[in-house]
Parts: sequence; C-alpha cells; structure tokens
Amino acid sequence: MNSQLRRAVRTVLVGAVGVCVLAACGGESKDKDPSGGASGSKTVTLVSHDSFAVSDAVLKEFTAQTGYTVKVLKSGDAGTALNKEILTKGSPQGDVFFGVDNTLLSRALDNDLFTPYEAKGLDQVARQVQLDAGKHRVTPVDTGDICVNYDKKFFADKKLAPPRTFADLAKPEYKNMLVVENAATSSPGLGFLLGSIGAYGESGWQGYWNKLKDNGVKVVDGWEQAYNEEFSGSAGGKKAKADRPLVVSYASSPPVEVLYSDPQPAEAPTGVATGTCFRQIEFAGLLTGAKNEAGGKALLDFLISKKFQEDMPLTMFVNPVVDDAKLPELFTRHGAVVEKPETVAADTIAKNREQWVRSWSSLVVK
Amino acid sequence: MAGPVAFFALFFAYPVSAIVGRGLHADGAWHFDRFGEVLGRSDIREVLWFTTWQALASTALTLLIALPGAYVFARLDFPGKRLLRAVVTVPFVLPTVVVGTAFLALLGRGGLLDELWGIRLDTTVWAILLAHVFFNYAVVVRTVGGLWSQLDPRQEEAARVLGAGRFAAWRRVTLPALVPSLAAAALMVFLFTFTSFGVVQILGGPAFSTLEVEIYRQTAEFLDLPTAAVLTLVQFLTVGAVLAVHAWTVRRRESALRLVDPARTARRPRGAVRWLLLGGVLTTVVVLLLVPLAVLVERSLDTPAGYGFGYYRELGTVDPSGGAFLVPPIDAVWNSLRYALAATAISVAVGGLAAAALTRRAGRLVRGFDALLMLPLGVSAVTVGFGFLITLDEPPLDLRSSWILVPLAQALVGVPFVVRTMLPVLRAVDERLREAAAVLGASPLRAWREVDLPLVRRALAVAAGFAFAVSLGEFGATVFIARPDNPTLPVAVARLLGRPGELNYGQAMALSTILMVACAAALLLLERIRTESTTEEF
Repeated sequence: MNSQLRRAVRTVLVGAVGVCVLAACGGESKDKDPSGGASGSKTVTLVSHDSFAVSDAVLKEFTAQTGYTVKVLKSGDAGTALNKEILTKGSPQGDVFFGVDNTLLSRALDNDLFTPYEAKGLDQVARQVQLDAGKHRVTPVDTGDICVNYDKKFFADKKLAPPRTFADLAKPEYKNMLVVENAATSSPGLGFLLGSIGAYGESGWQGYWNKLKDNGVKVVDGWEQAYNEEFSGSAGGKKAKADRPLVVSYASSPPVEVLYSDPQPAEAPTGVATGTCFRQIEFAGLLTGAKNEAGGKALLDFLISKKFQEDMPLTMFVNPVVDDAKLPELFTRHGAVVEKPETVAADTIAKNREQWVRSWSSLVVK
Repeated sequence: MAGPVAFFALFFAYPVSAIVGRGLHADGAWHFDRFGEVLGRSDIREVLWFTTWQALASTALTLLIALPGAYVFARLDFPGKRLLRAVVTVPFVLPTVVVGTAFLALLGRGGLLDELWGIRLDTTVWAILLAHVFFNYAVVVRTVGGLWSQLDPRQEEAARVLGAGRFAAWRRVTLPALVPSLAAAALMVFLFTFTSFGVVQILGGPAFSTLEVEIYRQTAEFLDLPTAAVLTLVQFLTVGAVLAVHAWTVRRRESALRLVDPARTARRPRGAVRWLLLGGVLTTVVVLLLVPLAVLVERSLDTPAGYGFGYYRELGTVDPSGGAFLVPPIDAVWNSLRYALAATAISVAVGGLAAAALTRRAGRLVRGFDALLMLPLGVSAVTVGFGFLITLDEPPLDLRSSWILVPLAQALVGVPFVVRTMLPVLRAVDERLREAAAVLGASPLRAWREVDLPLVRRALAVAAGFAFAVSLGEFGATVFIARPDNPTLPVAVARLLGRPGELNYGQAMALSTILMVACAAALLLLERIRTESTTEEF
C-alpha cells in the first residue's frame, strides 16, 4: 500500500473506532517518558535481541557520564529482532540496534539499516573483528565462540578421551553422543553448520554431515531443549536424565554453569572441544531515522568503553573486543581459550546461507 | 456492531493485509503467480499435508477422550468438582515452552513411561497428538459441558417415560441439543491444532513442521515475505473454509433450548455405569493432565540442597550481574496479571457486543461477520506482530512501544472465545421472552438486561475466564511485540530457560509453577460465580 492510501485508511479507521475501543482499554497509563520526539531528548533507546543483558550499575554509569537514560527494547531472537528493524526501516523503534552478527551482517548492510558513525575508541578494538572498517556503518561489540561442550563426568567414568575436533565427532567411539540444534531455527545450530563448512569447505561439508548422521547425531529445534533436556552435563539435563554427553553450545557455557550453581563447584562440570568452534562477532549500529542521534552516538561510544566491555562476560557470556578489557576470574579459570575458530566470510554466508540451510535440512532432518 | 467491526478492522484486518501486501505487491503490481511457485515446492506440500492430518487426528482424539469428561462435569456431582474443573483448564493456558519440558520428562528418555514400560514417544507424532489433547481437553469439557449442564434433564426423562431406552433417549433428545456446542468445540480444537506452533516445535523435533512453524520461519528467519504471504493466505483460506462449513452446520441445528440452572442438573453418581464413567474420567485427568503438571512442580522444588523452596526465594532477588532481567523475576507475575486483566476487559467488551449483535440480527452480512470473528485464531501471531509493527507506527496510533499493544494482541485471540462461548447460549434464549418483555414496555436494553443477562451470566463468566487465562499464557504475540523490560510470565520462563545453569533452570520451573497456580486460582474464582437460581419456568 502506498503511504497516502495507508494514511487515508488509517484516518478512516481511527475515526470509526473513535473513543470506544480506546476507552475500553481502561484508563491506566504507565509512567513512560516518550522516547525521542524532540532532538534534545534525554532518553536513548537500544533495540536488541532477548539475550541482551547489562548490569544496572553500568547503565547508571552511562547516565552519570552523558545525562542520557537508556531504555532497552528486547525484540525477539537475533534474526527476528533484525528482521523487524528491516521491516520498519525509516521509522525505527529505537536509536541504536545491538546484536547483528556476522552471519546476518550483510542483510543489514544491504538494507541500509544503519547510519555510518565512527565510535570513539575504535582504535582499541582488534582489527580482525572490524568487518565494516571502511564505512563504519556498524561497530563490533563482542565475540563468542559456538563450540561442542562435553560432559566431563561421563567421559571420566567411561575412561574415554573427549572429542577435540570436527573430525573426532564422526568417529565410532562417539556414536549416538552428539545433540545439535536445527540450523534453520537456532543461531548456535547455524553457527555449528557454518563451522563445519569452514572446516570442510563448500564441497566437503555434506559428506561430513552424512558421516555425522551415520554416527547418530540428534537434531532438536532450539538451544534450550538441546542444552537443558538432552545434554547430560547441564543442570537441567541431569534432572531430565539426559543421555547425550555432547552438545553444541558456547565456549562460555562452562563458566556460566559454575556461576549459576549453588554452591559453586571448584571445577566446571562441562568442558569445551576447542577444535569445533565457529566465531560469532556481534555488532551495533546507529539506526537510520533515529529520533535521538546524539544519544545514539554516545551509546555506541559507551558500548566499546572499558566499563561496558568488562561487564559483558558475566551478563551476556561473551568476550570483549577491546584490547585492554580484562576477563573476570571465573572465565579465566573455567573458560576455554579457542585458538583457531573457524570463520566464513560474511558475504559468502550472505550468498549461500539459505541454500546451505535448505540442503542441510533435507540431508540431516528429513 | 460498529464497535467490534472497527476493532477488527483496525487491529486485525489492516495490519495483516499490510504485511501480506508487502509480500505480494511489488513494483506497483500484484504477483499472484507466486502462489504457484510456492505451492509447487515439495517441502511446502509436505508441510501442508502434515498440518492437515495431524490436526484431524488431534481433534478426533481430543473429542474421544474429553467427551466423557464433559458428561461427568455436566451431570455428576462429586466432591472437589470445582477444583478439578479449574485444574483441567490450566493446561490450556500454559506456555508451550513449559508444557514441552513437562512432556519430555514424561514421554522422553528416562521419563515415566520409559521407566515403567520402556516406551519413548518424544520426536514421534504421538507426543504431538497427546500434547494437543492435553492442551485442548478443557476446550471440549467447558464448551460442551457448559451447555450440557444447562439442558433440562427432564426432557430426557420424559423420553424415557415414553419408552425410549437410555441411549436412545440421549441420542434423540440430548445429542441434537449438544450438536452446536460439539461443532464449536471440534472447530476450536481443529483450529488450535491446525495452527499449532510451540508443541510441534518442541515435541516433534525438526522433522515435523506445521504451516504456522513454516510461516514463522519464512518471516522471522529468512525474511522471505512473498513465501510467508502465500502461506498466510493458504492458512487463512483453509481456516475460512472450515469456519464457513461450521457456520452452516450450526445454522442447520440451532433451536431454542430450555436452559436451566446447572446447579440443579448435576446429581450424585448412581449406578455402576456412572461410577465407572466417573472413575474413568478421573483416571484420564490424573494421567494425562496432572502428571505432567506434577513433574513441573517436582522439578521446581528439587534444589541441590534437597527438596525446598530455594528457587522460589531466588525469584524475589535481582541477579547482581544483570542476568536475564533488570527486575526480580517475580515482577513478571504482576505484569502478566495486569495485561491479562486489560485483555479480558477488551475481549469481553468487544466479544459481548459482537455476540449480542449476532443474536439480534440475521442475514448474510451478519453471518459473514460471525465467521470473520474467528479468523484471528487462524492467523499466526508472527503475521499479526509484524503487521502491527509496520502499521501502528504513526500518530494517532503509534502504539508500538505502548503497553496496550500486548493486551490488544491478546484480545484478538480472546474475542473469538468470548463470542463462541456466549453465542450458543444467547441464541438458545427463547425469542418469545424478549418479545414478551417488549410488549410489556421494556426498552431493548432493559429487555436484554432482564431476560438475556441472567441466562447468560454464567456463560459470560466462563468466557471471561477463558479470555483471562488465554492472555495469561499467551506467548506468541507477547514475545513478539517489543516492550520495555517488563516481561510477562511466559516470556520470563522462556528467557530463564534460555540461559545455562541450574539456578536459571530451577527458577524457570518455579515460575511455571506459579503461572500454573495463578491460572488455577483465577479459574477457580470464576467457578464460584454462580447464576442465582432463575425462578421462571418456561
């Protein structure tokens, strides 16, 4: 519908509804300062996916530094949140979008979602994660590795060495042990598929998945189910009497397992197979048409400040991108250092992603 | 009439047509050739086939299992009946994420069935069917049982006196009176299972996909709006066709019934057959509905330090590192209740007006409207959600960041319930009563208040209860509409389950249990609302 027609339709409808519906909605009004409006607004709105988290103290720090209050809108999982912004392009729901990763980056850039801005302190950010260094439409904020996690106790009891690489997962001694997520519906699932494509190339990955299939890989739809219901090393899995000692999760999952145990064990119950990793990089950008551009820019600067970067590991379980940001002790003690994660170039992903996912589905799921 | 029509035009027809338009309208032309393309794909055809047959199977199974329950709740009186009636409705409003977890514990590896007989049903179609029965048992019990309890048993007794056998009397007298509500219940269940999303995703594994799941995937994951639009229309047309058939059958059968106070129709069970029925129904309820719920409760209490309320205490505290929320998770309870109340108010207002309008008038247009009201049940939450995003973004209707958007979306699903529950009862009110009131000088409003209202008050309470419960557990639209950080219960549960560690898992189970208890309490309150005994005898 063109916008004139839309406006006409809307006006007619609003007239028809009049007060009757809105009056029926009850007179309750929440004290909400409208975001944006005037350019001098003191609220800056951050749109993100459901996994976004930050300590209250850190947000207060930002307000103390800049005078802006942050309002967070969680907008669904990473893919959904991004697609919503693409659909509402030009009339965004907020000022800054956080959470577009390297598997989705080109979709955002092709749709001209972001206004270029070079954040202050970008010189402190590792070069290899700056995928849009020429134009600065997006700013890298964190990295995370999608890796196979293993149940330490299971392998110790069996006196079997846990797998280390993609190739190991297809070996007969690990038959019927691995549970992975659906690449079509889950971002770790997609990451693991991309990791295998990085390892075996565009011609070899299907052969590898055939072997995995013969080796009894189980596919479930989402991370929650894989990790909490099928994986024997997690707290939920133990209660569910899960029987799969290998799961696709994150390199940061073991420290988190420790963090949310009561009492905290001396050693993480799970480990990471460091040769099975795919590196995700998450970016943030200033939304085109943002109501509060100045606030948005200040927020982008803040996202790569040391304060925010050092807060992320324990709130979002991701790694900082700023050189001098320190990891918390929990991470250095229980986390895994991934030396050589697999990567696939962002534009290669953009070109083939859907085709890969389709072939993967018909190969593995059906 | 104008109110409900405008409500649906603005919050349903307009957003949905806008998003479908995006998919099919490009470069100033409509591209209906995309239908052929999309429907020609073998994977899409497979999805269509699976969606249809599992919905039919689920509906048949639900009717089979729940009809005895409807009878027992309508006609028998036994201690704890109210509590049980509230309990059987609880599953209907639980978020699928929670139910999936419970069912996996029951049917999956190391689950109850596995331990007893070595049976594992997860990732089979049986798990999906059983979960659908679990969810929809209450729909049949309440829709059919609600009317059944108000049918005068003396009509059947009269038939018996005239020499009909017990079954013949039931078949000739009671069954025809029940048909409209049976059709309504079957239709509801079919609609729910045809558009099933969470259950299929969690229990079916990736191998099974319904139309709804596919629409979600194409829209939210691939941003393939043309394909999503085609599938949305296909689902829409299917649902429309089912509704048309339904409207036609109901019109064939509707007759004025004698409705009486349900309190006087239920009796203590007498005779072996009735006791057997009661026992059978109770066993079904326990095995099918209570055991999965009990699993949740057990897990919420199972802390590392032994059984206790540790996880519940944890809900009142804010995770110092920000965690999944900036507020204590317990706040989600208040958010949910607030939304649900608002959604109920909207649903009852809009649905009540619509139902009243529909009983008053006849004619093709009105009948079309009747079917139209049901359509929101057949449109995926993701379509409505995206539609809201691209249409409600300018003043005077910039509601995207307003809290009212959530109750509005929930009311879209609530209204059909209100209409479906009220309509059979309203239509069954004898027209001559209204005429008599009018002759005696009552205005239409007064006649409605004095004649209809006392008879439908109970139906209204049931309708409100349904609307409330539906919005309490509603997940699809709520999770989709961006809001400031004030999650509802189902959203909070999903978020907690999305993070590793036993504290998060335990809190998710504890919140699910709270949701369950809140629903049960709300429904129990409504059970207490009774019509005063109407003294008139017609």
